[in-house]
Parts: sequence; structure tokens; C-alpha cells
Amino acid sequence: MALKTKTSTRIGVTALGWSIALWLFFPIFWMILTSFKSEVQAISTPPKLFFMPTLSSYGEVFERASYWHFALNTVIVSVGATAIAVVLAVPAAYSMAFLPSKRTRGILLWMLSTRMLPPVGVLVPIYLLARNTHLLDTCTGLAVVDMLTNLPIIVWMLYTFFREVPAPILEAGRMDGATRWQEMTMVLLPLALPGIASTALLSLILCWNEAFWSLNLTSSHAAPLTAFIASFSSPEGLFFGKLSAASTLAVAPILVFGWISQKQLVRGLTFGAVK
Amino acid sequence: MATVELKNLRKTYLTEEIIKGISLSIQEREFVVFVGPSGCGKSTLLRMIAGLEDITSGDLLIDGQRINDVEPGKRGLAMVFQSYALYPHMNVYRNMEFGLKLAGMPEAERRAKIEHVARTLQLEPYLHHKPGQLSGGQRQRVAIGRAIVRSPKVFLFDEPLSNLDAALRGQMRVELSALHRKLDATTIYVTHDQVEAMTMADKIVVLQKGVVEQIGSPLELYHHPRNLFVARFIGSPPMNFFPAIFQGGDSAGSSVQLRDGSTLYVPVTSPGLLPGTKVTVGIRPEHVELTSSGPNSGVVEVIERLGAITLVHVRMPEGEIIVVQTDGAVLTEVETRVSLTLPPKNCHLFAPDGLAFEACHRHPLAA
Repeated sequence: MALKTKTSTRIGVTALGWSIALWLFFPIFWMILTSFKSEVQAISTPPKLFFMPTLSSYGEVFERASYWHFALNTVIVSVGATAIAVVLAVPAAYSMAFLPSKRTRGILLWMLSTRMLPPVGVLVPIYLLARNTHLLDTCTGLAVVDMLTNLPIIVWMLYTFFREVPAPILEAGRMDGATRWQEMTMVLLPLALPGIASTALLSLILCWNEAFWSLNLTSSHAAPLTAFIASFSSPEGLFFGKLSAASTLAVAPILVFGWISQKQLVRGLTFGAVK
Repeated sequence: MATVELKNLRKTYLTEEIIKGISLSIQEREFVVFVGPSGCGKSTLLRMIAGLEDITSGDLLIDGQRINDVEPGKRGLAMVFQSYALYPHMNVYRNMEFGLKLAGMPEAERRAKIEHVARTLQLEPYLHHKPGQLSGGQRQRVAIGRAIVRSPKVFLFDEPLSNLDAALRGQMRVELSALHRKLDATTIYVTHDQVEAMTMADKIVVLQKGVVEQIGSPLELYHHPRNLFVARFIGSPPMNFFPAIFQGGDSAGSSVQLRDGSTLYVPVTSPGLLPGTKVTVGIRPEHVELTSSGPNSGVVEVIERLGAITLVHVRMPEGEIIVVQTDGAVLTEVETRVSLTLPPKNCHLFAPDGLAFEACHRHPLAA
């Protein structure tokens, strides 16, 4: 009896899981589908599920804009921002996790609260700062802003991962003669590596998809893929075929990358929760 | 091999004083055990010696050198943690090698040393295993091995056996004692288990609330506890206590009146104590004698038969329970009336402030 209930519950949960996953995936699926339609098919009602696929949208997209230029900018900005953020966040999280003061908790919350601020609220000052430092439309400028917006989350995540590492292991390192630096690099980092990897991955995805700052702080030289998509939504009106093709091209690399590393990502995000 | 000296060591955390001025000197090759209930500060004290906790005031000396501000790794100490604290990402060999490598010891020398220690601890088959693949006892050995390879001046143990099951704990206790003799090193060992303290120590330091209650050899603590706390803490099952009235004393002993009116002449001195003062009499369960009739009678409430010995819990007319340790074959049954004889030479007297009266004769094993 109990077994039977369990089986039916399991089937129900599985069905629910699948439907949520499909529901979330549908827009991406539809975008990819639309990218292989002609412009006429793309806006036809009722929408067609079966049609003769064409690469014409892709052709036009490649013709009109230099995809590789935008893609390279995205890679530089997201990898750069993530790398700097992790390098800055590791020592910060280390000191918060292992040498906490009575204000640590407060500082963590305050840092996170900056994420709750709508970015548009600081658009003007940041724009002016970027202009005055000649960082407008540069990969450096965008990377710095992306890095700063993600830093609180990265510190938080690393702090949580580091807290899972038993303090006596680090103390054993100290007794063995390790300096703080050696303790961090030779004992802590190897132990927290899964956590650091998934944190970096999350940061990479956030930077990759970040649109607000890239649209406002870059124009041509440093414009990343988000700007590339945006350039197809104007000014002659919406061409859904080309827009979908551009979007597919923009999200494809990170989608594939995320899919390959999903095991790592899931492990990192549920770290500690399942232990 | 080294001497360790603590001079009025204090530790304040925020506003609370955790270690309240501890002075202690530890000789070369001595096995010293810090023992006390949880929260007494014994682990904090050990961590202060290790350098993992700052010293608020006082001096810590190893071989006469003040090392308050020396890094933990440079104090010449090695520590074995309660949770073993092995590096999970390194195999047994690398775990033992880590400290040597950081110290810049050449590869060949490291290898020779680790292999020698692994042989001593029977760890050779596991050198290439990760800690996660080992049993609790094996991990414990690796932790000890990691300490030994560094040839430290002083070994520090922080409740190293408390994560092991009872059988393994007994075995490791014997191994550690043997190892200590073989290594000839100074050892400081923290435990809350008085059996470990009694069996392994040359010298026991009993701590309570950041204060030293007594320092002495195991048998000194057993036969001549300095106060009520030590008397209660050392010995299992714990000492029995009951109130009495002091009547008077001379150089050969003091007499007290028990509540049933009988008097007891205990061979302890009581300088300056006024007759009529309320005192506490203490006697260990193994020293109380059970008779079928006589004074001091009570009703047997519980009998615990451990095979070789029997613990008889007797409820006295005044309400308290006196535990008697007696022969394994004793025929006493529950709810029968028994009488207790208290041999005066085994009784302890404690003044109202908890301090013990000095015995007229020291026990030969606790000189």
C-alpha cells in the first residue's frame, strides 16, 4: 500500500518536473525554431510547427553584423569580470568565514543589499564615472562594472562554501607551518574547488547575459552579444526571424557551456544542502 | 623533548575571561593531561599553547623561550585534533609529507622519515589511500603519524579518542601510552574522560571554569583531592558525600558527628576549625563496606551487576543515595535493608568552602 502511494507520488512529481522544465524551455525552443523560418513564416498565424527550414535569417544576420566581434567582446568581458571577481572574493570570503568579527554578518547583508538596488538608479553616476575615466565603450569599463555588480553574490557564495570546510583542517595546516597564503592556496582552495567552480560558472552566465550595462556603456567598439541582439530589434521594425537567429547565436555558446558543466553547477548549488 | 612553562596565562574573549591566570610547568618527557568538564577551558588552553588562540596576558615558554607571538608552525609543536583534521584531498603519504615539505626538507629525507613512521604505526598498506577510504582508527593513526614525522618538541592532543568507539578507544589508549614511552617526547593531552587521564598521565591538571583546581599525579588526585570538585570529578563511580558536624581535632585526626548521632574519627588535620562547623564527609564507593546489620542502615534501591563488581545504590533515611562498590558475587537484593561501614582511614573531610582537610598520612603511592 505504502509502496503504491510512493510510486504514484513519484510519477506525479516526475510529471510536474517535466512540465515545469518544458514550460521554461519552450521560449528557447520557439526562438530556435523561429530562427530557421523565413520572415513571412515567422509572423504567420497560426504559427507553423512544421515548415521547410531555411538558413536565410542566419545568412542575413552574418552579413549585416560581425558576430565574431561581438562574441569576442562578450568572452573578454565575462571571463575577465569573473576572474577578477573570484580573485578579489576568495580572500574576502576567507576572512569572513574563518576570522569573523561581530560585524561580518552585517557586512555580508549590506553587500548583498547593493544587489537589490535597481541598476538604473545608479546609471547616471556610473555613466559619468565611465566617461570621465575614458572607459566608455571599452571592454575594461564594462568588465569592471560587471565585476562589481556580481562581487557581492560571489563573496556570499564563496563564504557559504568556505564555511563548509572544517576549520580544524586549516588549523592543522597552520600547525604544519603553512602561512596564511599557503593555507588558502594549498588547503582551502583544493577543498572548496567545486564550490569555486560553480560560483565562477554562475558569474560567467550572469555576465554573459547582462544587458543593461552593456547597452548603456558600450556602442560599437566594446559592444557584446547582448548589444548584438538589440541591434536587430530596431529601427525598421521587428524582424522575428533575424532577431531569433541573432538571439540563438548569442545564447548558444553559454547554453552549450552550461549544459556541459551542469553537473558541476548542480553540485555547487546544492553543496551542503544534501550532506 | 622540551619543557613548557605557563606563567599566569589569561584569555579574554570579548568581555568574558575564559582562562583566569594559569601557571604550570611541564618537565621534559612528561605526559600531562588537562581534564575537566566541558567548557572548563581545557581546549582553549591547549589551543593557546598551540598558537591557534591569542594569549591575552601572561607568558608561554618552551625551553625557556617566550613564544607568545611565534607562529603556530614555528613553535616546534605538533597537534592531533579531535576530528583528526586530515587533508581530505591528499593521500596518507601526502598528509604526512605536507609539514615536512613546507619546512623545506629534501625529498629523500622526507620519504625515509614517512616510511619509518608508517612502519611504526602499521600504516604502510594505506600510504596511497585518501583519508575518506580509511576507518576511524586508521585516520586516528594517520593524524598521529602526521604529528610524529615532524619530530616536534611537544605533542598536543585535543580529545583524540572521543570519536572512536569504546573498544578502539581502549586499544588506542594503550598504544598512545606505549608510543609516548617510545618517543620520549613531552606530551600535553586534553580529555574530558577521567579514565584516559588516570591511565595515561604522569601529571593531571584538573580545570574548572578557567581555573586550575589541582595539579598532581593520578593517584595523588585520587587519594588526596584538594577540594570537593576534584573529589567528585576523579574516580568512577564518583565519591559519596554527606553532611556532618565537626566536633574537634588533634594532630592525629578530627572527629565529626554524622546525622544518625554516631561519630567518626578521621585521620585528617583541621587547624583553626571551630567545633560545630558544618563539614562534608566524602568516601569512595569502593571503600564503603556493606554489612547486613548495624548502624548507618538504608534500603537498597538499585543494583548494577558488572560481573567482577557490583554497584549497590543505598537510599539513606535522610534521603540521599550512597553508592557502594562491592564484590561481583554479593547476594544483596533490591529493597532489602543493609548497613554501611565507613572505614575512617578512607574518609575525606571538606570544609564549608569546599577545601579538603589535609590527611595526616600521605598514601604511599601518592607521595
